Amino acid sequence: MRLDEQTRGDFPILSREINGHRLVYLDSAASSQKPRTVIEAMTQYYERSHANVHRSIHTLGEEATELYEAARDRVQRFIGAASREEVVLTRGTTDGINLLAEALGRGLRPGDEVLITDLEHHSNIVPWQMAVRDRGATVRSVPLTKQGLLDLDTLDRLLSPRTRVVAFAHVSNVLGTIVPVAQVADRARRVGAVTVVDGAQAAPHLPLDMSALGCDFYVFSAHKMLGPTGIGVLWGRRAALEALEPARGGGEMIKEVWIDHARWNDLPWRFEPGTPPIAEAAGLLAAIEYLEKLGMDRVAEHERALARQTVEQLAAIPGVTVYGPPPTLDRGAVVAFSVDGLHPHDVAALLDAEGIAVRAGHHCAQPLMRWCGVAGTARASFSVYSSPEDVSVLSHAVGALRSRL
Amino acid sequence: MTPAAGAGLYSDVIRERWRRPRFRGELPGASASAEDVNPLCGDRVRLMVRLAGDVVEAARFTGDSCAICSASADVLAEMVQGRATAEARALEAADVLTVLQADVRPTRMRCVTLPITVLKQALGA
Repeated sequence: MRLDEQTRGDFPILSREINGHRLVYLDSAASSQKPRTVIEAMTQYYERSHANVHRSIHTLGEEATELYEAARDRVQRFIGAASREEVVLTRGTTDGINLLAEALGRGLRPGDEVLITDLEHHSNIVPWQMAVRDRGATVRSVPLTKQGLLDLDTLDRLLSPRTRVVAFAHVSNVLGTIVPVAQVADRARRVGAVTVVDGAQAAPHLPLDMSALGCDFYVFSAHKMLGPTGIGVLWGRRAALEALEPARGGGEMIKEVWIDHARWNDLPWRFEPGTPPIAEAAGLLAAIEYLEKLGMDRVAEHERALARQTVEQLAAIPGVTVYGPPPTLDRGAVVAFSVDGLHPHDVAALLDAEGIAVRAGHHCAQPLMRWCGVAGTARASFSVYSSPEDVSVLSHAVGALRSRL
Repeated sequence: MTPAAGAGLYSDVIRERWRRPRFRGELPGASASAEDVNPLCGDRVRLMVRLAGDVVEAARFTGDSCAICSASADVLAEMVQGRATAEARALEAADVLTVLQADVRPTRMRCVTLPITVLKQALGA
């Protein structure tokens, strides 16, 4: 059975009608829909087990703590982390990158460089601009090749002993470009730079193995991988996490506190001040269970096929431009496109009238939009429930768009 | 696709103004101009006005924007011509929406209001 046929019934929202049409949800890269098990796990937690974690010595507090820490264990297995201490639960990808930028920023000195790439989402650009500000350090960027791939030759030229951090996306949220993480991490390590990988568009779609990737930090969000909003993961190699001074304080992240100083808690709690997103952790756990049952290899294959179909069908429509690597190369579960003479927001609004949800605009990647030579694009993106029929409905509708305005 | 689909948002006025804008273009001898972007989508609108004393004698707009934003700018440019600057500054989204005759949802209201914001900047409000 096809993956979408197997899963569709598990996603209550997919039975909705939008403007009199079946909902064709092609905006999973912005946020995926949730299977019933995720929704129920969160409801059940609130109905049966809610209390604060770690410090509550009573039954509910213990249940909540067990659930929260069980989510960490599940994440550890899911991403192939060496130990549970390497898994910090955050509020999401943006939160994770900001946490790292704040902490790593403290070590930046005049002349130091943070290297990003022209592919990045604003959340992997702006926190680094803030980190270098007032420290005399600078942000530099690795350009792309004509095909929309990372220009590794220029990366080599930009890397130097001045490079302190190399921060880059695993999968581009616009072009779908898959960045060879291990290669980049290897080159960065040779100049002594720390690597930070934005895995927001990879974790929902590709099997992950932290030990094979070779980076120092890897961050992603639950809500793009069938889980709830408000929780994410920051994985750090143990030595890298240990070398990191916490930049955010509060309860839970300390062992002992005096009026003028404090002693930090052990990993991973050192980086989790305040009451964490507990119900969201229950949801994340259920989402990972769901994905593991399907098998990430199968998920990746399903979405690869959909991306290929979308590129082929859209590129065949006169006046439609498809962005990103050529169809012969692997890409993530996103396809950005534009229609001649139509603004992307008008494209999205006209498609919405047909029940089709796509993203339109700059996708929080304005430097990349400038590289594409446009102010924005439309973007179709996929998840486990997306079907070849969804893609056909989209391409049929896109083909008829130009007569609409 | 059914022709009626999306008609609520893309009214006849919006379609007409987008296809055949009447006030798009440069304005030679402009006395004031302003430009701004919509952070949601990156759209950019530039509005130019030529003043004769306290009256807006002519207005034009340029920019890269969606149909709604473009139609809003076109309608606004028409509305301010011949008006006293104080009156032009007082124009609001509701005034433009009345002319556009469109059912614009909150997510697209910025498309309507961007030209109005830019006009106020140009007129120094």
